[in-house]
Order: sequence, then structure tokens, then C-alpha cells
Amino acid sequence: MATQLKTDPPRDAPPAPAETRWEAAKLPRWAPLGFAAVGLVVAVLLRTTGTGIALAVPVGWAVFVVGLTAASRIVEGGRKATDRLATSLISSAFLLALLPLGTLLFQVVSKGAPVLSGQFLTYSMRNVVGEGGGIYHAIAGTLIVTALAAAISIPVGIMTAVYLVEYGQGRLAAAITFLVDVMTGIPSIVAGLFAYALFVIFFGEGIRMGFAGSVALSLLMIPLVVRSCEEMLKLVPNELREAAYALGVPKWRTIVKIVIPTALAGIITGITIAVARIIGETAPLLIIAGATDSTNLNPFSGRMMTMPVFIYGQYKNPGIPPEFSQERAWGAALVLTIIIMLLNLAARLISYYFSPKTKA
Amino acid sequence: MPTSTSVESTTSPPRRAGDQLFKGLATGAGVLIVVALAGVAIFLTYEGVPAFTAAKSEIPGGNGVVAYIWPLVFGTLLGAVIALLIATPLSIGVALFISHYAPRRLAGPLGYLIDLLAAVPSVVYGLWGIYFLAPRMVPLFEWLEKHLGFLPFFAGPTSVTGRTMLSVGVVLAVMILPISTALNREVFLQTPRLHEEAALALGATRWEMVRMTVFPHARSGMVSAAMLGLGRALGETMAVAMILSVSDVVTFNVISNTNPSTIAANIALKFPEATGVEVNVLVASGLALFLITFAVNFVGRAVVGRRKEFSAAN
Repeated sequence: MATQLKTDPPRDAPPAPAETRWEAAKLPRWAPLGFAAVGLVVAVLLRTTGTGIALAVPVGWAVFVVGLTAASRIVEGGRKATDRLATSLISSAFLLALLPLGTLLFQVVSKGAPVLSGQFLTYSMRNVVGEGGGIYHAIAGTLIVTALAAAISIPVGIMTAVYLVEYGQGRLAAAITFLVDVMTGIPSIVAGLFAYALFVIFFGEGIRMGFAGSVALSLLMIPLVVRSCEEMLKLVPNELREAAYALGVPKWRTIVKIVIPTALAGIITGITIAVARIIGETAPLLIIAGATDSTNLNPFSGRMMTMPVFIYGQYKNPGIPPEFSQERAWGAALVLTIIIMLLNLAARLISYYFSPKTKA
Repeated sequence: MPTSTSVESTTSPPRRAGDQLFKGLATGAGVLIVVALAGVAIFLTYEGVPAFTAAKSEIPGGNGVVAYIWPLVFGTLLGAVIALLIATPLSIGVALFISHYAPRRLAGPLGYLIDLLAAVPSVVYGLWGIYFLAPRMVPLFEWLEKHLGFLPFFAGPTSVTGRTMLSVGVVLAVMILPISTALNREVFLQTPRLHEEAALALGATRWEMVRMTVFPHARSGMVSAAMLGLGRALGETMAVAMILSVSDVVTFNVISNTNPSTIAANIALKFPEATGVEVNVLVASGLALFLITFAVNFVGRAVVGRRKEFSAAN
């Protein structure tokens, strides 16, 4: 370390001659933190003198980056300076990416939490003007639509993955793999239009139905399920299959009793994440499930409210005065975010506790 | 992955009814996906065709369906490109931070934090964009108009609400950041360890190591990450529908009150109250969106496809 080398000569001695210096000059380890602190101080000073936060923070950041790079250039030379510049830019990129997540979660929690109450969760919006009302109808609708979408997507997704991994060869398998990739890229609103175009043939113009929303969502969910299940089934060691065949077990029983149970934790994790992904979909449900203020528990008849559409509706068509609608929108956003975060957490826990240990 | 199971013997393996049924079910599920996608194309075309055969005066705007869709296509591309310009460098930086700069033990949790961005529903991004981000963008817009107003992008007049194409681009960038980052991270981690260590052993700094070994190895992956992010941004609906203040124009001015709408947002805004031919026009625009995203994703996948071992991002 340079600091240890420097302790050899007395403090006030001139720098050691070149032949005894074993290492290039280096900034001390705390240099980046030090410059970050200087940048922070500059930002705080600017802020206290009345500069907007949108200007103070970038200026402080620039002080940090330019200062560190310049100091490194003087002490350590050009290559090290470039390295320091890249490191600080890359770290800043990460912090910048966390900024929207942090502010978004803060907004949702701080504005949504005061709205939550027993009434908010158990009342519908039927005959509500102004204050009051709740999201019971939207929660029920979201659960029904999502459950039906899962009921369609999970069997189709798992069986497709089984086909691709266990049976698929040749052109059909290649085509399916390609089309699953295409499906992951379908814009959600196009899925909604598809469901409309399909159901309008049977039910006539202006059809709105909860089940049609499930069909639209399953178009988005199936590729997610196929992808994750495929990855998991591929991880099952071939020895297990061969051992079963050697015992005379038919192929289908091998898949059902050996392959799928082995991969089950991963499959459930993938499905949970897929559900979390589609439960927040707004656009297709806005098109085909419609919006209503009443509780409708029948997915095969009439409009059905869901939470994302509720949030959008409260934002788009606020009553007079609009504050109550905004409050309800934030409250519903908080409930929806909590549900999604819980699903993601559940997926993590399942894969952590139940997947086969990969350690040798 | 074929499983080599059938023992090549003189007698063929016994045919079991269960096996036949199960294989049929699995194949059927696969075929269902083919049918469903064919259905998307067929039904959208079927419902969209009346928009092209209808009289020009019946189309909203009165100038025919192409004149109706063109500004929307333009807006869609403009918003997505802004998002891409912001998100691509950022996602490369974030992915590099996670894969090569952060302490090894922190890499997993940090990646999870970025993935959380993907879990937030788009409608919540919309609320955040309209109530939090857009008002805070206004000073930036004013600064841009004052100092860079000679560029057509920042010609102004500045929107006082911040509901502009640039705000939309920022929100879209945040929304596509997780998918691009996940892909970039995956390719960065696949850099051969020996290459990296060889570079370091020759005295390269960390950044030189990244430039000499990681980037050349990951180039195609980075391109496809950008393409898939672009595909996501093109189809994003709710955030645009909630934030953008739209009018029927084609303009590169990204900080003013008059912005072209996007296909997806336009459908979301108009569809709930649409009747008659307007429904067909909206479906036709949806078909155009489907084709555009299909093309973009196709190119993205084709670039990835050249790397055999690479698994698609999810």
C-alpha cells in the first residue's frame, strides 16, 4: 500500500526518488467518498441559498465527478482518471435508477395509506357521489378475472412447456418456440382488442364481459408460464427420467410423477411471478371488461370492475370535487401494489425454501 | 431437448393409451398457441378491414384511415425513441454496476431491486407520472426552451403542466429499464472469466477490462436488449394515456402542450366510448401497432438467436 510506503521517510522529507518508489502514486482509499461528501455539501449549500433541488443535486453531483476525475488525473494519471470517471458514472447510473422506485413507492404509501380503512375495502362505489365508497367491487373483479386467466394459462402453459421439453422436435416445436417469443412481445392493448374482436362475433357489438378480460390476460400470461416452466423442466436431470424408464414406467407417468414434481417449486415460482405481472394489467381490461360502480360477481355477464381500471377511472373521471377520487385512486394503487409485492415475495420464498438445493 | 429414451431393440416399445393421450394433450397445448396467435392476426384483420373499405368521411377526422393512423404511428415512435435514448445508457450502466462493480454478495439483492421496477403496474406509473414527475419536469423544460430553443425539439412554448412527450419518454424509460437491464446483466455475466482475468493481469484498469472484454462479448446482447426495450415502450398504454396532453399533430417539439398521441394510448382513450366504424378504425390501428412491435421484437430476437446458449429474457 502506498500509505505504508510513505511512512518510511519522515513526513516533511521531499518525495522519495523514483527508483525507491515501488508503486505508482495513488489517491487514498477514502478519496471517492470524500469527493462525494464535498459534492453533497455543495448541493446542501446551494439548496439553503434558495436554489431549486433540480439544480442543486446535479451541480453537487458534477462537483463530485469532475473533482474526483481531476484529482485522479493529477495524482494518478490519465488511465486511472478514466477508470475513476467510469466507476463514478456507473455507480451514479444505479443510484439514478433507484430514484424513481423510491419516489414512486413513497408517493403510493404516503398518499394511499391514509385512505385505507375497513369501509374502503368492503364498500363498492354504487350510488357514491363525492366522499366515501370503496374498492370492494374492484378487488372482487380483479380476483375473479385473474383467477380465470390463471385457470386458462396454467394448464396450457405447463403442457406446452412439457411438449417443448419432452416431446418437441422438428418444425412444430421450432415454430412454437418462436411464437411464444412473439407472444411475449404482444402489447397488452392488442390482447384486449383481440378478445374484443373474438367475442364481438358471438355476442355482438359493444360486448363487455369479465371472462373476455380473462381471455385477453391469458394471452399475455401463457408465454410467461411457458418460458419459466420450460427453463425449470430443462433443469431436471436426465438420469431421473432414464431411471424411471429403466423401471418400465410409461413416459407420461414419468413426466407426471417424476419430472414435474422435481421441478414443481420452480414452476410455482414462475406462475406466481406471471400472476403478479398480469394482475396489474390495465389496458386490455379497460377495453373488454369495462367499468362499473356496482359489484358484479358473474364473469360471464355484464361489465366487471377491476382494480387497475378503477384507478384509471378515478383519475380520468373525477367527481366534483375531485379530491375524493384522487384519494381513492391512490388508495387502490397502494392495495394493488401491496398485492403484487406480496406475490413477488411469495415467489421468492417458494423458490428459496422448496427448490432442490443445487449445492454439490 | 430430446430425451433419448427409446431403446433400439428388435421389438418396438409398447404403445400405451396413456402415453398417446398425454402426448396428444401436450401437442394440443402447443398447437393452441399457434392457433391463438393466428387468431390474433385474423380477428384483428377481420375487424380492422371495414375501416379501410368505409367512406373517407366516416372515419374520425374525415381524411381516411391512413391519415388517422399516421400521426399516431409518429407519436408512438417518437415516445419510444426518447425512452430508448434515456434507458439504453442507463440500463448498461446499471447492469454493469450489478455484474462487475457491486460487491458479489450484494449483486443478487440489487438486481432484485431493479426487477421490482418491472412489478409496478403501468397505471401506478401513470399516477406517479402525472402527479409527481410531470410538475417537476417543468423547470427543466423552461431551461431547455431558454438555452436550446433553437433546436426543433425544444422549440416550446413550454407546457405549464409538464404533460409532454418528454415526460412520457422519461416514464417509459423507467418502465423499460428493468427488462433491458436484466438482459444486459445476463450477457455481461457471460463474459469468459479468463478474458477478464487476462486483461487485468496485463495491467488494465477495471474500465479498460470492461471495454476490452465485456463490451465486445456482449455487443449483440446489448443491441437486442435495446430492441426488446423498444418493443415494450411501443406498446405501453396507460402511462401515455394518463400523462400526455394530446392533439392531432405531427411535431418533433417534445416540451409543448400539443403532442401527437400514441396508438396504444389513443385506443385506450377512445375505445370505451367508440361505436360503429370508429371501433374498426381503432382495431386497424391496433393491427398496425401489432405489426410494428412484431417487427421490432423479431429483429431483437434474431440478434439474440445468433447466440445459441442465450436464454430469452423473462
